Amino acid sequence: MKPVTYTRLQLPSSTFYVRLAVILAVVLVGLGSAWFMEHNGHWVTGMNNQIVWGMPHVFAVFLIVAASGALNVASIGTVFGRSTYKPLGRLSGLLAIALLVGGLSVLVLDLGRPDRLIVAMTSYNFSSIFAWNIFLYTGFLGVVGLYLWTMMDRPVNVYNKAAGLLAFVWRLGLTTGTGLIFGFLVAREAYDSAVMAPLFISMSFAFGLAIFILLLAVLYDAAGQPMAAYLVRRMGRLLAIFVAAVQYFVIVQHLTGLYAAKHTGVEHFILLDGGLFTVLFWAVQVGVGGLIPLAMLLGNKDGLTISRVCWAAVLVIVGGLAQVYVIIIGGQAYPLELFPGMEISSSFFDGVRHGYAPSFAEIGLGIGGCAIAATIIMIGMRVLDFLPKDLDDKTVNPHHQI
Amino acid sequence: MSNCPTSSSRRQFLNAASVLGAGIVIAPGITLHGISEAKAGTTAVTSKVRWGLLVDANKCTTDCTACVSACKTENGLESHGRDESDPQWIRKVELRDKGSGRTQSLPVMCQHCDEPPCVDVCPTGASFKRADGIVLVDKHICIGCRYCMMACPYKARSFVHETTTNQKSYAPRGKGTVESCTFCVHRVDAGRQPACVEACHKDGKGAMTFGDLKDPNSDISKKLVAHGGSRIRGDLGLDPGVRYQGV
Repeated sequence: MKPVTYTRLQLPSSTFYVRLAVILAVVLVGLGSAWFMEHNGHWVTGMNNQIVWGMPHVFAVFLIVAASGALNVASIGTVFGRSTYKPLGRLSGLLAIALLVGGLSVLVLDLGRPDRLIVAMTSYNFSSIFAWNIFLYTGFLGVVGLYLWTMMDRPVNVYNKAAGLLAFVWRLGLTTGTGLIFGFLVAREAYDSAVMAPLFISMSFAFGLAIFILLLAVLYDAAGQPMAAYLVRRMGRLLAIFVAAVQYFVIVQHLTGLYAAKHTGVEHFILLDGGLFTVLFWAVQVGVGGLIPLAMLLGNKDGLTISRVCWAAVLVIVGGLAQVYVIIIGGQAYPLELFPGMEISSSFFDGVRHGYAPSFAEIGLGIGGCAIAATIIMIGMRVLDFLPKDLDDKTVNPHHQI
Repeated sequence: MSNCPTSSSRRQFLNAASVLGAGIVIAPGITLHGISEAKAGTTAVTSKVRWGLLVDANKCTTDCTACVSACKTENGLESHGRDESDPQWIRKVELRDKGSGRTQSLPVMCQHCDEPPCVDVCPTGASFKRADGIVLVDKHICIGCRYCMMACPYKARSFVHETTTNQKSYAPRGKGTVESCTFCVHRVDAGRQPACVEACHKDGKGAMTFGDLKDPNSDISKKLVAHGGSRIRGDLGLDPGVRYQGV
């Protein structure tokens, strides 16, 4: 393998600034949406006292989960010593930071009192997994920053392996913490399970790698540079393994629910008669986001082209968003069982299966968060050497004969 | 020197000033101490008391909503005509046994758990439990994340979705924060009953009893000893302060 040289995003200034302006316009849409929600109050959204967390949380959780998964590419290179992935470590770190900041922005801007962010940063209740996550998230940014420094600055490169290991362990902790936000909710039958932690870890692997593959493909396609078939094949196969892992934990998640008598109601709701949630689960999450990408990636191993892998990645992202939607919204749509065995009704919609229609503001805020991530990636790549100059066979294939 | 009138008057002046100064420094303390001893509302909350509420579902009827109306009036809860986002601190729940078809009506509010999940999950500590068992939200540090609403098994909490009007000085509310039944803590601290309990006795069926669960001589304790009481979702082990009879 030849030594890797890195470069900045090679675009003419005018092209760069036009693209950046377009992305910033989307950021503005997100900020405008947040202002609209905060100024009027959350009644203008689809969220209410029945569906407490809505579309902003779907975007936020998806981005946060994907962030830790995006770092996996770097970890595979540094921690597990796979030389193919080493040239991609820098971009992987940048993407991880960008996605996390994007996701956190959405989460913070959806708060009832986002102006009290300083309170969240200074007043902690350490029995709350939410409070622990504040440390895990901010710590992740610091640890990945450190990791990137060891990758990009030769004098501190000796600490690269240690920093990579720390980042890997931290990202596992982060996704565990995110999964347990739901897993620790004993009140709601759809959650209340330790399996949420490994499920979220497997989701992070798949979502993060899917986004990374798409980013890489767009960048190298735009630059007119080919990516080595070896790298495409490796990433495609890795994505297939991660998608299969997600399916496995989804099966465990629902089998656990079906086995416990007190959870069969919500399982019946999600799997059989939950209307939109059931369709999203089977058709989009399992079908589009699981079985079809698996068939695409495993069905034709030798002919894994970049376009096939990219399409599979797109489907994984679509299925992933559906999965997070079903978990967050579907889990709340099923009513709380205050009196098991009794039919219940009230003016507060007890016993009612709640509907949810996301508002434009919520979707705008979510997409704005994605645009914040894109802004960070654009500027990061423009000012620092994140991109390997070549991703040809000589650079990424350890078996390449010079 | 002793004949000097000036010196004598200076001494008298200094003595008087010292006494006056000491008085100015000490008197407010004595006064405040007196006030604090005199007013129940400023005495420290103690864990020697655990406030609880007993609902006799056999007395409660579907057509009566006296407790709900009293709560809204007392705490300044106004409807914006949007049922799904309007806050409800207390609601009447209608139950029907799937097997026997027996129906019941009873009020559900914050259950003031001894192990409140809302307090456990709150990232800033805004949700807290007082020493006397009353679970409250500190509106000054609630960031409106709604994690407590996700964690509450009783659906007892509401998020304030709109600008509030008609606020009561003793029950501050704020758009973007979470709120729930306070057991009318301002009344309890003044030695009175919660508004819902008072209304239930005055305009309703007398189905609610409020009192100290730790005092064996309190009405609530005597009724619990005599006829027992169940907890909603007792399987969760949260030990709510609200108990029900006849459910």
